[in-house]
Amino acid sequence: MATQHSRSAARVMLAPAVFLLLVWMLVPLTMTLYFSFKRYLPLRGGDQGWVGFDNYVRFVTSSAFWPSVQTTLLIVGGVLLITVILGVLLALLLDQPMWGQGIVRILVIAPFFVMPTVSALVWKNMFMDPVNGLFAHLWKFFGLAPIEWLSQASMLSIVLIVSWQWLPFATLILLTAIQSLDSEQLEAAEMDGANPLARFGHIILPHLSQAITIVILIQTIFLLSIFAEIFVTTQGSFGTRTLAYLIFQRVLESQNVGLGSAGGVYAIILANIVALFLMRIVGKNLDA
Amino acid sequence: MGHIVLDNVKKSFGDITVIPPLDLQIEDGEFVVFVGPSGCGKSTLLRLIAGLEDVSSGTIRIDGQDSTAVPPAKRGLAMVFQSYALYPHMTVRKNICFPLRMAKLDKAEQDRRVEQAAAVLNLTEYLDRRPGQLSGGQRQRVAIGRAIVREPAAFLFDEPLSNLDAALRVGMRLEISELHERLKTTMIYVTHDQVEAMTMADKIVVLQAGIIEQVGSPLELYRTPRNRFVAGFIGSPKMNFLEGPEAAKHDARTIGVRPEHITPSPSEGVWKGRVGVSEHLGSDTFFHVHMEGCAEPITVRSGGEVDMHHGDAIYMTPDPGHIHRFDGEGLRIA
Repeated sequence: MATQHSRSAARVMLAPAVFLLLVWMLVPLTMTLYFSFKRYLPLRGGDQGWVGFDNYVRFVTSSAFWPSVQTTLLIVGGVLLITVILGVLLALLLDQPMWGQGIVRILVIAPFFVMPTVSALVWKNMFMDPVNGLFAHLWKFFGLAPIEWLSQASMLSIVLIVSWQWLPFATLILLTAIQSLDSEQLEAAEMDGANPLARFGHIILPHLSQAITIVILIQTIFLLSIFAEIFVTTQGSFGTRTLAYLIFQRVLESQNVGLGSAGGVYAIILANIVALFLMRIVGKNLDA
Repeated sequence: MGHIVLDNVKKSFGDITVIPPLDLQIEDGEFVVFVGPSGCGKSTLLRLIAGLEDVSSGTIRIDGQDSTAVPPAKRGLAMVFQSYALYPHMTVRKNICFPLRMAKLDKAEQDRRVEQAAAVLNLTEYLDRRPGQLSGGQRQRVAIGRAIVREPAAFLFDEPLSNLDAALRVGMRLEISELHERLKTTMIYVTHDQVEAMTMADKIVVLQAGIIEQVGSPLELYRTPRNRFVAGFIGSPKMNFLEGPEAAKHDARTIGVRPEHITPSPSEGVWKGRVGVSEHLGSDTFFHVHMEGCAEPITVRSGGEVDMHHGDAIYMTPDPGHIHRFDGEGLRIA
């Protein structure tokens, strides 16, 4: 009886939190679904009634849809590639015993604490500005014409900015993973005749596979919805309009809530498809 | 094959000298055990031989070749680690095969050697499992398998049995001894357990604080320990030491008598005491006897079932032929 009682007591006590979470998630979701089936133009006549799947069809058939999906995937893929590869290398470097290790580690984490808007502004104005930016000066120093980063290499610029923000996260998780590697394994491999490169390939990298999986999964979830970096820099021009940004434009710039909501539902579906694939590809690493 | 000479080898970490200059010869085919209390430098010594640590000065010669600066993989030695250090993401087959792959042997030869090692170690049916699916003893055998396939000049074991439970430890001890009989390869074995040292070794090296206290066969060490430390360390339960007037009777600062060389009796004997704790092991009984003028209780062995209990008076007679005498510096008086 006691367990019955404590179980029901536990349920009662959990209820408020569960309720809050459900409301927190379900209200926006149902509102998105609700609006996506309506013609709703707040500044041009407001709610004009149900339109069925009209918004969905219009969103997909618009010329901006597929390019935006492509852009989103490109940015996610690019950032993942850079952060994972550099993250592994940085983690290896930081694992070496050195003077001032603590401070260096804090410095490495620092970018993660900078707000996306701020970091995008800093990159835009201090590094990538074609007149006063640090890169412009560097290019001029070597006698080259400065690059207009945000218009000529817009995608690369955004990938760079976002990578800079997420590199610390990847590095940190990979560093803790490297530190959990039994040093006797490396010594055994050394005695077995494995050179440093073979030790990395056969021992360290497999050991890291689980951490890399986690980094990829978590980053993908957040990277699918990056917004501030694009809003502050290119405003979606020069081929940097991601799905999230397209939805923003539909809702706020075109003031078409119904159309944007339909886009939002597509974004949910896309995110789930990507997550499904990722789980399939790398998820088996999580079992071990 | 497997003749190792340490000449004046010294190791220090910063200002701390872990191993003061030391000489040691290991003959081909010998089973040498480094034994000593924890922190005595025995593992460091093994790692120096393996090449995982660099010597601070001195030379290491393996089969007559100066190997002091040779990287570990090129020394022709194989090591079994305390944690086994198996590669968790590889199957047993790949684990055992790893050194061969690194040596770029051809595939057929790799397979042949792996099969052979697996057969020797009874691992054939586990070849396709991962280390995580094996028991402690099986993992231990995989670690040994990974060492044998290289056909090394010598095997190095770093406390390989300390992670196993008592029953398994006895079994693995026999297996390693048998392996040595079969392969006739030099083996260097590090342990803090003097029972392992006594049962397995051809030659025991007793270390304390990086210094070699004595080198010799197990029975040599048991019969004629060079000093008090060795006398107390080798043999179980440990030797009893008596000082003061009892020792003076034998012209020594300290005398030592092993528990098995004292005859207890309820009625007559040279020493008189009172029984404290008694440990009944079935085949043997150990009495811890409190004797006047002795701070430590004296351990006495007696046959299986003796009718003496806590608080009883007990008389003890040491075997005069087995009294070890030590001088003021703890050295043996011949």
